[in-house]
Amino acid sequence: MRITRINNKKNEQVEIDVDLGLIDPLISKYKGKKGNLIPLLQGAQEMYGFIPKAIFEKLSDETGIPLSDMFGVATFYAQFRLTPVGKNIIKVCHGTACHVQNAKEISESLEETLNVKDGETTEDRFYTLESVACLGCCSLAPVMMIGEQAYGKLTGNEAAKIVKNIKLA
Amino acid sequence: MTTTVTVGLGSCGIAAGAGKTYEKIKTFREVEKLDFELRKTSCIGMCYREPLVEITDETGTYLYGDINEDRAVEVIEKHIHQQDPIRDYIVATDLFSAPENDFLEAQVKIVLRNCGFMDPESIEEYEARDGYRAIKKIASEKIKKEEVIQTILQSGLRGRGGGGFLTGMKWKFANANKSPEKYVICNADEGDPGAFMDRSVLEGDPHSVLEGMIIAAYAIEASGGVIYCRAEYPLAIKRLNIALKQAHDKGYLGKNIFGIKGFNLDIYIKEGAGAFVCGEETALIASVEGERGMPRKRPPFPAVSGLWKKPTNINNVETYANVPWIIIHGWEAYAKYGTEKSKGTKVFALAGKIRRSGLVEVPMGMTIGDVIFKLGGGIKNNKRFKAVQLGGPSGGCIPEFLSNTIVDYDSVTATGAIMGSGGMVVMDETTCMVDVAKFFLDFTRKESCGKCTFCRMGTKRMLEILNRITNGQGKEDDIDRLESLAYEIKNNSLCGLGQTAPNPVLTTIKYFRDEYEAHINHRRCPAKVCRPLLTYTVDVEKCTGCMVCLKNCPVKAITGERKKVHFIDQAICTKCGVCYSKCKFESILLS
Repeated sequence: MRITRINNKKNEQVEIDVDLGLIDPLISKYKGKKGNLIPLLQGAQEMYGFIPKAIFEKLSDETGIPLSDMFGVATFYAQFRLTPVGKNIIKVCHGTACHVQNAKEISESLEETLNVKDGETTEDRFYTLESVACLGCCSLAPVMMIGEQAYGKLTGNEAAKIVKNIKLA
Repeated sequence: MTTTVTVGLGSCGIAAGAGKTYEKIKTFREVEKLDFELRKTSCIGMCYREPLVEITDETGTYLYGDINEDRAVEVIEKHIHQQDPIRDYIVATDLFSAPENDFLEAQVKIVLRNCGFMDPESIEEYEARDGYRAIKKIASEKIKKEEVIQTILQSGLRGRGGGGFLTGMKWKFANANKSPEKYVICNADEGDPGAFMDRSVLEGDPHSVLEGMIIAAYAIEASGGVIYCRAEYPLAIKRLNIALKQAHDKGYLGKNIFGIKGFNLDIYIKEGAGAFVCGEETALIASVEGERGMPRKRPPFPAVSGLWKKPTNINNVETYANVPWIIIHGWEAYAKYGTEKSKGTKVFALAGKIRRSGLVEVPMGMTIGDVIFKLGGGIKNNKRFKAVQLGGPSGGCIPEFLSNTIVDYDSVTATGAIMGSGGMVVMDETTCMVDVAKFFLDFTRKESCGKCTFCRMGTKRMLEILNRITNGQGKEDDIDRLESLAYEIKNNSLCGLGQTAPNPVLTTIKYFRDEYEAHINHRRCPAKVCRPLLTYTVDVEKCTGCMVCLKNCPVKAITGERKKVHFIDQAICTKCGVCYSKCKFESILLS
């Protein structure tokens, strides 16, 4: 159920100083347009990597959309993050094709290597580990994606090795 | 003629390294000053052989497979410089027998007519392949909108998103509702895990989808269009944006388009934000309007009250891509393919334990066994075929003994699965069907919007039971309990997500009851997947005493000395499987 995600620890809001001015052009672009809430949140997330609390408040003040509506939408969709993320996001695919070809092993191996659980960020903020529903490159299963680069036909050990090598580079 | 070299740059290809292959060929051409045209195309369908490079010269067309950076230079050097094609790397050609020829020959390409044959970022190439001819024909021959709807109706085209509703009927309803403001929406929120048909069409032939939407807008007199596309498909969105701009520049979108007075149309892209339920049409509309994507009661159907409460027509990507072809070739040509009630072709994404995973388009009426064995090349690693999953989380598993089932909406539904949008995930003897059911239920539980109690709570309760079964704590009447919950959820949910969520469980119980019983009554997982039901032991013949398992065991259940056979203490073992995945000598046995 999507609503449970509100209670998740990862969705707790963190106070972080951000440059509020960055978002002004976005607000003027969408202000007053119908159906603007999701593009506003998407734009904000693109800018800051997540949606800081101060941005929610600013968006609400300037567009008149109630905070409750914004929070309702932001917690409904899987895309929105309310906490900062690491420099690199590792998306481990758990689509059907990957699942039947042991995607679980990839996730477990990465959890162990990075010492984080699914959805968490490493202490040095270098990696965020996430499982996703389907990346759409089923023929390469099991797959993970780091940034824009996809890595296919993995084993747990290979995935761990790739992650270690990127960090060293 | 000039020789052309075409590189397949769809998402799959890029993931497999086609971008690097392309750059390598480009550099090599410049350095060696070679004379050939280098082109880009999108998904050719043969995902299992990516990266793909096609060379066309005066002797014919050759498709090379598995061409990584290093091989790229070798192929160009030999084929173009020395005019000596490398037969070992050629996967398909008209000229001689090649390993994958039959993969292409058994297909009928209507939706995928341009995918892999043209540069998706070029409107000129689309027009050269009959692009925008359908709408131009409508404009020049002054075909009335009612006739267009009639043609689509007679072609028998049914909604390819999975619902299977007659497209022409949908258009008829939207047309019948008069309003100065109407909309056409393209549903490109392909959320099914294991399905990538729509992504491939959008990446490979975005203009055909636009043209289909333009024709639909003409037929129902819509003035606004929205493409609701998953944000997880960045390349599809990029190519759609390029296509939209080109169409605007050519005057194919805007005011009085194609010289039809009063025909104004604008289309924009709305990026989804990651919610499976938004594939349901009323939830999709809520999401376009900027709300939480929760379905509402129907009627009123979107054809009466849709986006911004105006009459709206929603079709899937593949449905729209069919439309221009039908207008050009006539409904008779389309209805020639298929069965009595399911006409035309269907695109399938083959994935899982299949040898040739990729994208295929087959005429309706082909048997599922033929799709898997003739086109898909059978099962990987010589394992035994067990079942195929159709329709994703809303569908079900069709077992091996029903592989004569034909591809047709009604025949597939009769098995308990659904045709769905076209994801076909093949499973072999090493797949546990209870685990598969659990996987899908976990997905639908997470994606349930929470509106209906039966879907919200029922899926959670069913998942708890399945977890219990796969953990070796199943109770005797668990199967009955699952079935009764399943029917309650089906009967008491508002939208398609809830109504179909129990299908994976129901079909696996129907066809693989023995596996459920083995888990519950004998605490055994026949496919050796559910870890808590397995016993890990050391193969005394193979163990080299390397101590890797011993060091990695989190509970210190393994004892032994260097170069001596190790031992797992079953009383301490938590069955986490670490030893099994770390062992390099396959000396941990599962039983």
